Amino acid sequence: MKKNKRSFGGLGQLTIPVIALALLILFNLVRDLIFIYYLKVPNYVSFFSIELTKNNMENMVLAGNLISIINGASELAILAMGMTLVTAACGGQDISVGAAAAIAGSVFVKVLKSSSSITGVTVAIAFVCACIVAMLFSSFNGTLVAIFKIQPMIATLILYTCGRSIAYWINGGATPTVDSPLITAIGGFIPGIPVPTPVLIVIAVALLFKLIFKFTSLELFTQSVGINGSAARLNGINSTFIKLLSFIILGVCVAFSGSIGVSRLGLINHETLLIDIEMDTILAVAIGGNSLGGGKFKIGGSIIGAYVIQMLTITLYAMKVSSTDVKAYKAIVIILLVVIGSPVVKAKFEKLMSNIRRSGQSISMKGAQ
Amino acid sequence: MKKFRALLLVVVLVISSVLCACGGGGKSGGAIKVGVVNNPPSESGYREANVKDMEKVFSAENGYDLKTSYSLKNDEQLQAAQGFITEGVDYLLISAAETTGWDEVLKKAKEAGIKVYLFDRMIDVDESLYEAAVVSDMAKEGETAVKWLLDQNLPEYNVIHIQGAMGSDAQIGRTGALDEQFASGKMKNVVQQTATWDEAEAKKIVESVINSGEDFNVIYAENDGMAKGAVAALDEAGITHGVDGKVVVMGFDCNKWALRELLAGAWNYDGQCSPFQAQIISDLIKGVKTTSTKKIINEEKGFDAKALTQSDIDTYGLGE
Repeated sequence: MKKNKRSFGGLGQLTIPVIALALLILFNLVRDLIFIYYLKVPNYVSFFSIELTKNNMENMVLAGNLISIINGASELAILAMGMTLVTAACGGQDISVGAAAAIAGSVFVKVLKSSSSITGVTVAIAFVCACIVAMLFSSFNGTLVAIFKIQPMIATLILYTCGRSIAYWINGGATPTVDSPLITAIGGFIPGIPVPTPVLIVIAVALLFKLIFKFTSLELFTQSVGINGSAARLNGINSTFIKLLSFIILGVCVAFSGSIGVSRLGLINHETLLIDIEMDTILAVAIGGNSLGGGKFKIGGSIIGAYVIQMLTITLYAMKVSSTDVKAYKAIVIILLVVIGSPVVKAKFEKLMSNIRRSGQSISMKGAQ
Repeated sequence: MKKFRALLLVVVLVISSVLCACGGGGKSGGAIKVGVVNNPPSESGYREANVKDMEKVFSAENGYDLKTSYSLKNDEQLQAAQGFITEGVDYLLISAAETTGWDEVLKKAKEAGIKVYLFDRMIDVDESLYEAAVVSDMAKEGETAVKWLLDQNLPEYNVIHIQGAMGSDAQIGRTGALDEQFASGKMKNVVQQTATWDEAEAKKIVESVINSGEDFNVIYAENDGMAKGAVAALDEAGITHGVDGKVVVMGFDCNKWALRELLAGAWNYDGQCSPFQAQIISDLIKGVKTTSTKKIINEEKGFDAKALTQSDIDTYGLGE
């Protein structure tokens, strides 16, 4: 707890996600030490070990739990970035991202399958098509929220319910596959680069956000719309447009995630692609220290939040916790994180701190007398 | 007149045997009216193949007049069945969404002299209310697969077992036989996890085993998609698999793309879950085949990569 005290306030909004990440790392470190020095398990492989191996496509690639974490969290991290913006502008969340990603992924596969050979150009066209479709669906959500002033969760419930059926109509019931070295490269590794491609895509998307925030006033506008929409409007910000724009940007993120998800295995299963990811995405935003009621936000926090969630999952898998139980353990950890990060606990904590400081001072004063 | 004839058939059925009744049904002139109550083809690749097979077998060329109704909801299915009875079909084929609630409707069908066949899924009703039920035996699918695995005579069996959605028929059936081997100590359970049919989850599970440095040489995935996810993890880690590889890969369902993986030698085994019940039912209707039991187990194969041919893929593969 001592560590928490000092960190509070020091990192600002990023306190909670950074502490969470640090705790997970510490936990695995302790677990490693117990296995190596106490139980003396022969051939024990540390949780943190990373090695360079040759994969079946004759490429040298990085492998290990840490790589699994940053690789596996890619779709989640990209969605979390977009979701942060929607949350900040609208004060609510889009719960249809998983279903929308299934649609985007289906479009991606449909276009690839309709072309005779898969080349860089067809992949680009397929991605652009997936992007357009995802943006259309998200602007539908955005219109309901921004213009018709429907609560985001209710508005997006529509697509959440019917999205995967729509994805079915695109490709039919069977699980269509696309076999191409190019798709494998997008979902796995580019020959000669040992880092998984999805990780590179996350970095690219994060940079894109950084550039947008640097060269436009989107960040400021979004925050002001989220904090007080009417005040923002009176100051000449078109809050309807900002809200709609946040949904459309999320749509682009959805297209990225859907396409990565499909490329990983070269297969689209509309029922299971990125299933339940909407809840993890919202969690990532919450763990990132962003207010779910809108306003101020930090995209970096959400990205760390995404990695925290993935690290938790991989840690539990490494401990051979049954995957049906993983969700329950995840829930426990998340309750703790969210409660620690809540304003009530923060206020209590600060009060406690100042009390300790005051009593400390009085003790030292007494000592001086 | 038709009703009278059908009623007569029921009487014959009750008095004599199933054999006679079946013989009488198909030989009369005109198309045989068949009403099919099924789940929608969007449910799965399995259902899509199932629906296509029904349409192919009960076609006009084969002397049938096919009427279909698709729904995932039991009450809608019940209504559809009711409609078919009112319409006066000769045969009613049902793959029910739920096992309960069918008594009333099936009794009405019996009164109207309509013969009922169940396919794919059983219903909790008295056996006298239907002619026969053509179903898969998921436990047998598991047994066939495990028997094949034992026949490979591997020096040791270190198995990663990726399960389907816990509690589903397919999961329970396909897990049973392998669990027996784990219990007897013949095979070692390296990890047994459910990926709830999710391909990406299956990949994560296998990745975590690889990262832990544990040794394994068999992947037993309870459907094709999860096997594909597992193989993706092997490929990234540079572990060979398939016919001449280190790890034996096993899947279920026989999707065409999965069988192609077998043909290429990348996987070793794929167990069939046959959606093709229509021909059996048609044979029963036309009296080509007879049955002594009400429950007919649809025979299902297991395909070995070494013995698989392209024509097997064309015949038994699902999807495209």
